[in-house]
Amino acid sequence: MRRALAVAALLLAGCGSPAATGPTKITVFAAASLTEAFTTLGERFEAANPRIEVVFSFAGSSALARQINQGAPADVFASAAPANMEQVTGTGAVTAAPVTFARNTLQIAVPKGNPAGITGIGDFGRAGLKIALCAEQVPCGAAAAEVFEAAGVTAAPDTVEQDVKAVLAKVSLGEVDAALVYRTDVRSGKDVEGLDFAEAAQAVNDYPIAPLAKASDAATAQAFVDHVLSPEGREVLTAAGFAAP
Amino acid sequence: MTLQAELRVHRDGFTLELDLVVEQGEVVALLGPNGAGKTTALRALAGLLPGSRVTADGSSWDGLPTEKRPVGVVFQDYLLFATMSVLDNVAFGLRARGARKAEADAAALRWLTRVGLAEFAKARPRTLSGGQAQRVALARALATSPELLLLDEPLAALDASTRLRLRSELGRHLRDYPGHTLLITHDPLDAMVLADRLVIVENGRVVQQGTPREVVRQPRTDYVAHLVGLNFYRGVADGTEVRLDGGGTLTVAEPARGPVHVVFAPSAVSLFTERPAGSPRNTWRAVVAGVEQHAHTTRVDLDGSPAVFADVTTATVAELRLRPGDPLWVSLKATEIHTYAR
Amino acid sequence: MRSRLPVVLVLPAVVGLAFLLVPLVGLLVEAPWGTLPAQLLSAEVGQALRLSLVCASLATLVCLVLGVPLAWLLARGDLPGRGVLRALVTVPLVLPPVVGGVALLLVLGRRGLAGQYLDQWFGISLPFTTTGVVLAEAFVAMPFLVISVEGALRAADPRYEEAAATLGASRWLTFRRVTLPGVMPGVVAGTVLCWARALGEFGATITFAGNFPGETTTMPLAVYLALETDPDAAIVLSIVLLLVSVGVLAGLRDRWIRA
Repeated sequence: MRRALAVAALLLAGCGSPAATGPTKITVFAAASLTEAFTTLGERFEAANPRIEVVFSFAGSSALARQINQGAPADVFASAAPANMEQVTGTGAVTAAPVTFARNTLQIAVPKGNPAGITGIGDFGRAGLKIALCAEQVPCGAAAAEVFEAAGVTAAPDTVEQDVKAVLAKVSLGEVDAALVYRTDVRSGKDVEGLDFAEAAQAVNDYPIAPLAKASDAATAQAFVDHVLSPEGREVLTAAGFAAP
Repeated sequence: MTLQAELRVHRDGFTLELDLVVEQGEVVALLGPNGAGKTTALRALAGLLPGSRVTADGSSWDGLPTEKRPVGVVFQDYLLFATMSVLDNVAFGLRARGARKAEADAAALRWLTRVGLAEFAKARPRTLSGGQAQRVALARALATSPELLLLDEPLAALDASTRLRLRSELGRHLRDYPGHTLLITHDPLDAMVLADRLVIVENGRVVQQGTPREVVRQPRTDYVAHLVGLNFYRGVADGTEVRLDGGGTLTVAEPARGPVHVVFAPSAVSLFTERPAGSPRNTWRAVVAGVEQHAHTTRVDLDGSPAVFADVTTATVAELRLRPGDPLWVSLKATEIHTYAR
Repeated sequence: MRSRLPVVLVLPAVVGLAFLLVPLVGLLVEAPWGTLPAQLLSAEVGQALRLSLVCASLATLVCLVLGVPLAWLLARGDLPGRGVLRALVTVPLVLPPVVGGVALLLVLGRRGLAGQYLDQWFGISLPFTTTGVVLAEAFVAMPFLVISVEGALRAADPRYEEAAATLGASRWLTFRRVTLPGVMPGVVAGTVLCWARALGEFGATITFAGNFPGETTTMPLAVYLALETDPDAAIVLSIVLLLVSVGVLAGLRDRWIRA
């Protein structure tokens, strides 16, 4: 019995806080669409600062904002939409004003080879095609709605997914003929091709980043933000398909 | 019409090799100790175990699955279907064999009436007493008019007084039943009262068979002798002298020659503290090994040459003040001893 | 008189109960009771609730029709590798539901192993349809039914089936009239678990069947999407789902478990 308790205590300790003498650790909450770019940025930041360890939590921006407002231990927040950043700034959880570090635009995603012969945004109203979009509650869905309005197209989706990765998966598997996702997602997707279209300019998505007030090490948090905004950071983001602000 | 069975079951190191013949209207009891293979034999006959040959009235049952065999089984714990009414239990076999519901229900009710349980038709089996459940199980097995009725320890689960009453009632139903009956039991009384013929099984083989009277008079194994309550020895006879295989010699009234079985009743044995006067021919010394009280007598287990059981009256026990270890004289009249060839 | 209940049992029992109920209390406390009636009467909620109930019930029906015979085969069938089969049946329990949904897409999707032929030969496409929701829910919920029924079957005395055979009953008749009624409590328990799991199914459903109001948006999907913009609405939807399911289960329990 006593041994079992000791083991339990060890296990609990093991998944808790790091050893006191380890490197400085910062936790970055970042939008799911930043997964590839920020992972690369984090590795470079660690290489340049050997005493710092960067830990990421990638998820939907609104879920991250909710977690931060409920006290999740985050040092930096990078959101895929200003609205989600405002949820955090509204409660006074950030120290510096958010800075826009990247822009993302929509692209038409089609399965490899474009089997349905999609040519433009107008096809989203075509009957008989399988269409996937993001739900309007999430940023890529809201952006898609703006695009359709600008183009005067009434989209007929077969499914409105909870996040952009889910939409992309449906395209990868060939379950849908076309979808609207971010350019960066098309770049990271497997067996997916992207088609540009003019109306994409109508819904440009700004990505703001800010260090958080509760950061355990404010200087390190700011250093990471600076790293993202540096020319080197820009290079990584561009490679991932993001446009400069 | 005759039912013949060659039962051959081999499994888990146990072998059953049993040839059975049951005549029309005959009740055969399969009697044997626990583990002798009695229930295995029943399951083989019912087709629940493969590898046996059964011919009934000239037609073979080989290859017939259980549900196609014209058998009725009363299981030891009855196995009444708890989710059906008593009537549905009895009607089940008829329905399964294609009878219409009204027809099956009417027949089932007639059977329930015969076993005196018509008023329980709508009851659930779990509300029945043990004796009632046994009678429902019998009605259920007989309702399909099987050619072979198999009864597995039908009275074993009952208390003593119910058992006494149901034994005679079961006997009546078995006399009325025109088919072949095989009764499985380890209780000699059930076998003697209910069966026309006994087949005694030990270790998967028949060791003796015959009418109850034959078996009682001439047991051929220790198990049977013990069942019928006789002192039992093997020996070699030379005129009126029988040298027992286990030691000791007995003088008998009827001369014989060669290997024989020797039996006598425990009640024929007399016990004395001193060497009895007049010295009958069969007198020997023995030591009390144990004393056991039965209903009206006391059974004394004696070590000697030969060892022997003696039934004595309670008065004798009081007089002799029997205790284990006490030395006694055993005496037995030659005319009480019965021998028969091995 | 029985002695008092032992503390070693009661204490963890109470802690366990609290552990299960406290999150529920949290939902109830946080609920925006003022807007609750309006939310309840909204068309979207009604639509999602109706779809949830219909799909969960149909999925349960599918599970019963396929799962009870499967449980019987696992419990009574003389199969080689029965242990392995039994383990495989529980795979949907350990598989993350989203992965289950992907697996269904790979098999039944438009380009899936079987799905491509369904599409080419019959013009049947299962993803993004209500049928797809039912399939996804059935896939995830069936193990609950199979495990309950198989457990009940293995605990049931097979000699009753032998008794039925001696009375001339075929295996099918025996199954219907003797085996199945005998394990009814296990079947009911499994059905309840199965239905509850199907009702709350999210991952496999959204992955395989997508999300479209009126077609595939069940309550859990509606709750998840509402959480993106309007946490209050999400709580309301959760409470509706909770009340309806508890009501249905309590009603069934009274009717069935007592019988």
